[in-house]
Order: sequence, then C-alpha cells, then structure tokens
Amino acid sequence: MSHGEPPPAAGAPQPMSPTDTRDPDYFHQVVDCQWACPAHTDVPEYIRLIAQGRYSDAYLVNRESNVFPGILGRVCDRPCEPACRRGRVEDKPVAICRLKRVAADLRDDITDRLPRPPARKNGRRVACIGAGPASLTVANDLAPLGYEVVVFEQYAQAGGLMRTNIPAFRLPAQVLDEEIGYVVDMGVDLRLGTPVESMRGLLEQGFDAVFVGTGAPRGKDLLLPGREAGRIHIGIQWLESLAFGHVDKIGQRVLIIGVGNTAMDCCRSALRLGASEVRVMARKPRQFFKASAWELEDAEEESVHIMVNHAPKAFVSEGGRLAGMLFDRLEYEMDGDRILGQRVAGEVFIPADDVILAIGQDNAFPWIERDIGIEFAPSGMPAVDKVTHQSTRPGVFFGGDAAFGPKNIIWAVAHGHEAAISIHRHCCGEPLAERPPRGVNLQSRKMGMHEWSYKNDYNPVERRLVPHVSLKERFRKLDIEVELGFDAEQAAAEVQRCLNCDIQTVFEARLCIECDACIDICPTDCLTITRNGPEAELSGRLKAPRRNPGQQLYVSGPLKQTGRVMVKDEDLCVHCGLCAERCPTNAWDMQKSWIEIPHAEDDDRCRIPNALRRA
Amino acid sequence: MTFIAKPKIHRGAVRNELGLTRRDYEGGMSTLCAGCGHDSVTAAIVQACFELALPPHTVAKLSGIGCSSKTTAYFVSGAHGFNSVHGRMPAIAAGAIAANRRLRYIGVSGDGDSLSIGLGQLGHAVRRNIDMLYMLENNGVYGLTKGQFSASADVGSKSKKGERNDHEPIDPVLLALSLGATFVARSFSGDKEQLVPLIKAGLSHRGFALIDVLSPCVTFNDHEGSTKSYAYVREHLQIPVAADYVESRREITVDYGEGDSVSVEMHDGAHIVLRKIDKSYEPTNRARALAYVQEHAQRNEYVTGLIYVGTYRRDFHERHNTPEEPLNSVPYGKLCPGSGGLSEVLARYR
Repeated sequence: MSHGEPPPAAGAPQPMSPTDTRDPDYFHQVVDCQWACPAHTDVPEYIRLIAQGRYSDAYLVNRESNVFPGILGRVCDRPCEPACRRGRVEDKPVAICRLKRVAADLRDDITDRLPRPPARKNGRRVACIGAGPASLTVANDLAPLGYEVVVFEQYAQAGGLMRTNIPAFRLPAQVLDEEIGYVVDMGVDLRLGTPVESMRGLLEQGFDAVFVGTGAPRGKDLLLPGREAGRIHIGIQWLESLAFGHVDKIGQRVLIIGVGNTAMDCCRSALRLGASEVRVMARKPRQFFKASAWELEDAEEESVHIMVNHAPKAFVSEGGRLAGMLFDRLEYEMDGDRILGQRVAGEVFIPADDVILAIGQDNAFPWIERDIGIEFAPSGMPAVDKVTHQSTRPGVFFGGDAAFGPKNIIWAVAHGHEAAISIHRHCCGEPLAERPPRGVNLQSRKMGMHEWSYKNDYNPVERRLVPHVSLKERFRKLDIEVELGFDAEQAAAEVQRCLNCDIQTVFEARLCIECDACIDICPTDCLTITRNGPEAELSGRLKAPRRNPGQQLYVSGPLKQTGRVMVKDEDLCVHCGLCAERCPTNAWDMQKSWIEIPHAEDDDRCRIPNALRRA
Repeated sequence: MTFIAKPKIHRGAVRNELGLTRRDYEGGMSTLCAGCGHDSVTAAIVQACFELALPPHTVAKLSGIGCSSKTTAYFVSGAHGFNSVHGRMPAIAAGAIAANRRLRYIGVSGDGDSLSIGLGQLGHAVRRNIDMLYMLENNGVYGLTKGQFSASADVGSKSKKGERNDHEPIDPVLLALSLGATFVARSFSGDKEQLVPLIKAGLSHRGFALIDVLSPCVTFNDHEGSTKSYAYVREHLQIPVAADYVESRREITVDYGEGDSVSVEMHDGAHIVLRKIDKSYEPTNRARALAYVQEHAQRNEYVTGLIYVGTYRRDFHERHNTPEEPLNSVPYGKLCPGSGGLSEVLARYR
C-alpha cells in the first residue's frame, strides 16, 4: 500500500532509527516522576504497593532511594509533582509527596528489614561533617559495606537543616529522630556537639575519605540604613534558635522580608509565638515568588498578609527602639511573565516590632584552610566535580547545599548517594569518573487473556485534599503538626490516580499485522502507523499533534507487511494498556520497567583490598 | 474483545463545528475479537461523522445479524438504530427511509448477511436506489459460527483448518454495478486514508451508495492460504483512483493536473475529486469499471477506491413521491384517513 514516496535526497535528514529500549534512560524518562526526582525514587511502584495495603514495602522502596520517606513525605520540594503525567491529563498531579507520608505513617516496624552493621568492618574510615541529610545518606550507604563512618555535628541533635530550619508544626521531632535513628543504628559513630574547627586537623586524623555536608548555614543580611537597631533577625538563625528553645516570644507586629520557603516557615512560626499581625514583604509580583505554592497557601490560610511590589529601603527606629520599615512601592511594566521595567511609585512606612530577614542563604567554610589543596572559587564556593562530588583534593568530597549552594533535602540525598559511590571507589582505588552503570529490566505484566497483574483502569477520580488541623486548634502549641496526612481510605482513592507510567508499552515490530486495533482503541491517539521519516517531518504526520517535543517518540523498526513504522508519542500516553489488550498478536505488551539506579553497594567492581585488615 | 472501557480523556481534543470531539461519535465497548477489521471500519465511520460534523440525532444506523452487524452499537451512540433479523436490514431501511427522509442512513452488514441469506434484499435495495450508505464488511468467512466459508470466499482459498473452497464467489461490487448503483466503492479496513473520504462521499451521495470493505477476520481468516488476510489483501491491492472529499463550504484548493482528475459534485454541494493513479481508468464509465474489476479479479487483485460514480438516477423518494416531512410529524388525521376514507378507497375497486 505504498503511496509512491520519492526517495529522500542525498544529505537530507535521515529517517528515525528504531528506539533502543535497552537504553536505561529511555523508559526512565517515560516515568516522569522518577526522572524528575533527583534521587530517582520508584514512585509508581511504591504507590502500587500502597494500593495493595503494603505500606511497609512501600516505605522500603522509598527508603532505598530517598532514605527519609517520613521526612520527605512532609517537607519535600516535590520536583516529581509538576512532572507527573496526571497533570497533563487533568489539572492536578497525583499527590505523590503525601502518599509517601502515608507509607511512612501506616507502616509497621521495619527495623529488622534494614541493613545491619556487618560483623567485620572493612578497615576504612570515613568522616562526614555535619549530620544533615547529605552526610546521613553517605553514612547510610557506606556503613553496611563495613566502613567506619564518623559523623561530626556541631549541635546537640542530628538532622542539620531538617532539624533547625523546618518548624515542628511541619515536621515533628519524633519523625526526624526515628529516621535518623535508622541510619545511626547501622553502627555509625555520631559525635554530637562536636564542631569541626579545622579541616587540616581532621585530615591529620587519618580518615580514608572526608565528606563535607555542612549545608549553607549563613543567612543573608540586609544592610540598609538603620540596620543597627535591635529586633532584626536573620531568618534561618531565628528558626534555629526557635528549634532549640532559645526563642519563645515575638512582638505583635512582625515583618518578614523575602518570600521563599524560609519566609513561610518564619511567618507561620511568628504566628505561633503570639504575633497578631504578620506581613510578608515581596519585592516582585506573585508569579516570581520562590515559595512552593502549597506553602504559600498554608500561610495565607493562617491569615498571613503577603504584600507584593515593596522593596525595603530603611529600618526606622524611634527612641532607640525598632518602629518599622520604609519601603519603596514599585510598579512593574510586564509582558506576560517578563518584567520589562520598573519604577518607584511612592514610599510606604510599615510599623513593626520585629523584622525577620529571609532573603537567602550563603555557604561559609571558615574552618577549611585555604592551603590544603581544596580550591575555592572567588564566590566562596568550593570547586567540586558535578558527577563525582570530589573537591580538588583527592579524598575530600562535598554534597548537599555545601557543594553547589542551597537546594533542598531531596537533592542532598541524591548528592549523598553519588558521593558514597565516589568514596567507595576512592577507597577501592577505582577511577571515580567511571560510574557503576544504570540498567533497565523489563518484565511482562500479562497473566493471560485480558488478565494483567496490575490495575490498569483509568480512574477519573480527582486529587484528594490533605486534611489540616483546624485553624482554632493549630496555634495552641508550637509543635502541633498542621497537616494530618491521608488516612488509609483517602490514600486508597488517591493511589488510583497514578497512571502506572512504569508499566511500559513495549512493541515487537515482527509480530505486528498492522490491523490498526491499537490505533483505533487508543484514548489519546498517541499511536500512528506511518512511513518513517526525519523526526521533524514525521512529527507532523502523527495522529494527534505533537504538543511537547521535550518528550520522546517511540519508533519501531519497519513493519513486516508495509515497511511502515509504529510511532508512539510518549507525551500523550496514559498507560491504560488498551493497545496491548486489543493487540491480537501480542506485538504490544505491558511490561514493568525496573530502572536500576546503582548505589555504592551495587558497585560490583569495587573490592576493598585487604578488606579484613581490622576485624 | 476487551473488558477495559476506553477512558474519556478530553484534554487537548480537537472539536468540530458542533463543538463535539471525535470521542463523542463513539459508541459502546466493542465485543469483537481483538484485531478485527470491523473495529477499524467502526473507527473510520466515527472519524467521518466527526469530520462531517453530523448532529448525532440526524443519523440512523441499521444492521442485520453477524459480527459486522454488531458494530452499529460501537459508533455514534446518540444516533437512532435498528438491529434487524438476519439479511433483512435493507427492508427495514427501506421502510425507515420512506417514513423519514431527513435522516442519514448508514447500514452495516457483512458478507453472510448480504451475500447469502440477504442477497435478494441487497439486490432489490440497489434496484430501488434507496437513500443510504451501505457498508459491507467483507471477510470471506462466517466468523460467529467459527469460520465456515462465506459466499464471498474465493475459489482456492483455504480455511483455517486447510479445506479448500470450490464455490465461485459473489462480488458485491460487480453485483451493484450490474444492478445500476450510482456509487460503488471498495476499500480495506487497514487503509483509513482511503476509507474515511469514501464514507464521507457515500454519506453525501443521493441514492444507494455501496462500500465493500475488505475487513479481515483475525480469528478465522488471517492465515496463510486465505485470500482475505491482512497480508494477502495488502499484497493484492490495485488502486486505480484516489478520491478526495471536499466539503461544500470549502474551496478546492489543491491543483489537480488537467486530465488526471475528475470532479464530481454531490447533491449537497460537496465535491469528490478523483485523482487517477491508473491514467486509463474512467471512474464514471460503468461498463469500463465492470471490465476493469473483472480483469483484475482474474489476476487475483482487489480493485479498491471509488470504482464507479454515476450520473444521477431517480432515487426512491422521487419515484415514490414520499413526503418531505417525516411521517411522525404528519397529523394523524392526514396520515390515517379513518374508516370513512377506507370505505371510499374500497368503493373504487367495487
């Protein structure tokens, strides 16, 4: 049934090559949430386990990649959710983050399923500086391999920023204690109240590797006229003091400068200390706010007033006491979401008893000597390899906010895993730049005629809302957790919204008889059988217009009867499995893709020489 | 068949002039075998109705008995429908058409329903030139009764178990041409590029329009030795002419070469532009069309496309002077003359 196409001219773009489904990144990218997660959590798998009521299993699937499911299920920045395929079908993505919390909340005791410290150590010693998420991840990965991991923490409690910067009404202390405890119980030597004051001194103690996970601990100051007045606080330091009980009151009128997530934690904490008038002052319009949408929502629900287009100008004191702040009221000339210009439209004085500055954080490494081979850029940031996390001094590694500036917890965990791989390779004498390979494993989900070993019905249910403690109750104490989390019933509805993106449509060209059954049944028209061609040209011939060229096209080899190819636009597919259900020859199959993301323990080529040196 | 309903996902869907999406022209869940050609024909009908922006309630779909006849349940669920006894769909269609000429009639039948038990019905529907699109889903076997040869099975064709067919086939295209049909087409379920414009043209045609669709039976007639399998049909297609359907509200913008194409105006103002692939072919010459189909049949080739489109022949309504208004809107007194009227009529014969 050839329609007589002329052969392509010499030098013209080539027709597309068949998709290589053995490339671990191909199907990984189809699982949008897992691809977006820095630690590559197997989200659809744990959601499926929750659906089956297997909360402990779901927790462990999570823990394998993100180490702190209970913590992250409450305070993760959720890069997975904007990526979620469900968000392309309807307005809201699956509540991935809150389902993670369900797994943590409803699990049984899993301590006997965690790795135990081996009876014999491998004789290598690793120092981790700072007991935050990055260092704890390194410890989590290396302790079970026999490393002697020593974690140095300046404060009396472990957790780093998770403990000091996130208020207890968002992250209860016992959740932190429990999940940090799992790591420490693997035989990690946690030295609390032990700040490292000199890197040189530490290096002299003969560690085989040192990991710096000290975060970005210095809050930015705002040096404006009148700054010398009292009652002006730096956001993260203030939150820290609050976490350790050094602060227990604040004035009635509080101004928060900045509109990131730290600002949200500050304003909500101020309310809990008894402030009655809390204003968050933003320089730019709302679409430029750095805070996550849900944190803004929660703050506004608690009657925090967010004022846009106000640029701080001066601190004003009266009689030696802070009276308030002067602001320039700005007007912006906008083109959609772009600022073309701005002008000052007036000056405003806003009275305040306290001002909290939440305008960003910087790294600070005063304790690292500059003559020990660890190079720093003029910005004050260490020179760190993006892949290996090694500094310019072999054996010294950086991760988390300390490596590349402030990000968030899930990034710190991802850095920790990578640094652990590097440390393991460093101690085994293997080249760091060669990383253990990723893999992909495909397993059919077909059980028989029209029987699939997963629930593939598309469920039109809408996103469930997470219940909150009532506005009346939540301010009674500083540490009442506001979000209640889903109960089992709400979770059971929410999990059905997951589209099972990890159950892949896998096509076998030699079996296809080109009956069009899959094309006809596909609810999103993501399939097309057509003659092959260069990608740009082929994209114009798809059954449904290609909306998102960032997403891949799955292209088969030539089909037997006509030599055309099967093309699938991965962007549109909802993984309903109807193509496989309708296929008379099993050319389409639904297969679970296991994306193998290696951690230090999976690095088969690594062997510690003389491993049993010190039993 | 499948047990999973096709989910309704409307985000990003294209809408026609009525504001409906293609999915709005679908019907119930198909219970045919997975891979059945008939499901593709259904999808082509859905596509054509969507593109023509037909209000679903102005469509009537009719069928008889068989796998093919089940398919009327799978498209345009908002349409009227009648599922008749075996082979009697044309009679029911004739009655419905006589009663209401304002609807568009789509009959779906198969080779058993039309060429065996219903051959007489089909023949007379063609003769009477009733205003309908008649889709014959032709797979050469009786699928519902597990794969016996049907009346369209070719001589020498093998059954799934290896038996050979010795009976001459009935070709619905030759039949319709010889009985005076003015719109005769053949297509293949696996070629929607050809099939969808043909369905649109057939729906615009005044009078009887036949589309014989080779629609492989994936369960009982898709093997080696079959002459109606996907592979065999694809290898033996002969396409002398390609038809483009141009709606009345659109201009013909494509520049067709002089002498290479024929434009035929339909009664509703739409045009079919026939592009000749075989330069010698004359799609408006009935005798030449008949000869062409027969010659290629001898070479085991299936001629597909709009094989013949003829000049207007008086249709059923014109011949019988049917009322413009549907009978259900004619006042009862006018529709039924009552016992007094009956006596008058009878008196005429005394």
